[in-house]
Amino acid sequence: MRTAQPGLVQTVLAPIVFGVAVILLWQGLVTGLAIKAFILPAPFAIGAEFAGNLNNVAGGMVVTGRNSLIGLVIGAVLGIALAIVAALARLLDEMAAPIVAALSVVPIVALAPVLYTMFGAGAETARQLVAALAVFVPVYFNTLKGLRQVRPVHRDLMRAYAVTGWQATRAVTLPTALPYVFTGLRVASSLAVISALIAEYFGGPVGGLGKSITSAASSSNYGLAWAYVLGSIILGLAFYCAALIVEKLVTRRSGG
Amino acid sequence: MTNTTSVPAVDVHSVSRIFAARKGPGVTALDDVSLTVAPGEFVSLIGPSGCGKSTLLRLVADLDVPTSGSIEVFGKPARRARIDQSYGIAFQQAGLLPWRTVAGNIELPLELHGVGKAARRGRAAELIALVGLSDFASHYPDQLSGGMQQRVAIARSLAESPSLLLMDEPFGALDEMTRERMQNELVRICAETQAAVVFVTHSIPEAVFLSNRVVVMSPRPGRIRSIVSVGLGDMSGRGEDLREDEGFFRSLSEVRDLLHGDEAAGAGHNQAGARGVETR
Repeated sequence: MRTAQPGLVQTVLAPIVFGVAVILLWQGLVTGLAIKAFILPAPFAIGAEFAGNLNNVAGGMVVTGRNSLIGLVIGAVLGIALAIVAALARLLDEMAAPIVAALSVVPIVALAPVLYTMFGAGAETARQLVAALAVFVPVYFNTLKGLRQVRPVHRDLMRAYAVTGWQATRAVTLPTALPYVFTGLRVASSLAVISALIAEYFGGPVGGLGKSITSAASSSNYGLAWAYVLGSIILGLAFYCAALIVEKLVTRRSGG
Repeated sequence: MTNTTSVPAVDVHSVSRIFAARKGPGVTALDDVSLTVAPGEFVSLIGPSGCGKSTLLRLVADLDVPTSGSIEVFGKPARRARIDQSYGIAFQQAGLLPWRTVAGNIELPLELHGVGKAARRGRAAELIALVGLSDFASHYPDQLSGGMQQRVAIARSLAESPSLLLMDEPFGALDEMTRERMQNELVRICAETQAAVVFVTHSIPEAVFLSNRVVVMSPRPGRIRSIVSVGLGDMSGRGEDLREDEGFFRSLSEVRDLLHGDEAAGAGHNQAGARGVETR
């Protein structure tokens, strides 16, 4: 914040004014042109549905949010751990590279039906695994890249100190990689929500945002469907912002 | 280091280092180099780029392994000496960890080698005072100037009270004023710690001002051309006025003549011999 502050007007007020203008324009178009609700409901209608079904939307957000969070944690832990192993053992890295590359091109949510049959359609496990898989790929690649950023002078220093590989990893390699890990986590955080949500489309128990969107739409309750979409956007933003805040807090010093 | 006078701090015995090239015979960075550094002695390695001075230092530090020949540090093979932490090292880049404070950076080697927290704190405070950064102990490297960062790096290299300091152009990236001040400080620190120093530089005045002996090297292949004994007296006696001393200038021109020597001889590939050496 050393640069001249753009001021409250620019940073806060401008986007709000713009947003309100867009919503008003949208509302005006829908009512003015008499657009049918199944094509595009008016924002006020969506707002009313959102307010009226706040408990249901919040409930859906909790279900989907929990799946996303569990998936995020599992995927991140696995991604970071395997990246560390791959960085320490070159052979393992070369062995894992094609598998991880293959994993990254698999449309992971498409695995959902298979996973539902594996773990039973009554459990949330399949959704959490889908989220975990989606998270794993960016976290793994970013962490691995970060682990390779150690400066030659630091590598020389660690060799001069005659420390073990693990000590060098903890003293230099991991802190150097940290900003990269958090970039991966930031990308992964919204992926986790999207994947967990989309996975609901393919089956499993009701209650989550994805299932609620499909069931509201299939019963022609378009306003409500959009209210759940609004809930999904809020959930995704919450995950992204949380990841961003953690990133800012942790990497305040290590960013060059 | 009082009773080690019989064992040299560094003993380099006919060492060669050839870097393999993808095709062709490879690059001979060092060719049959021998050098002995006595305990407490300050020896500078000087020469144009490509003369192998940094390579030689890295071999002594066991950051690299010679193709042939042997290196002993305090009577031990270089590898053993590194594992035993017989030396402290500083590079041209300060190489501080940006996420650690000044104190944290100086404590790093102590921490890695299992020194207790209280002892670490005390030692770091001592060293921070030695390099004159007491007001900056809790600052982060990006809040310091280049010269201050380099002082932290030197303090870090002294953390475990080594009897041998290896320095690879530690002042190379600093401006001339800062550089002279740092040289004065290094002289003072060396007098206090009594450590032997192997100091790589490409500045003639720096080498002469700091050293007991200046090793003049020539490039392609890297060889020792000559060794100049400076004889400007004890470390503790060296001050700013030494830079105006007649002996200082005599040694200066002796080293300069040696560096430029073969240029006069007119050997073709040696034309560029002294390039990269600061003669100011």
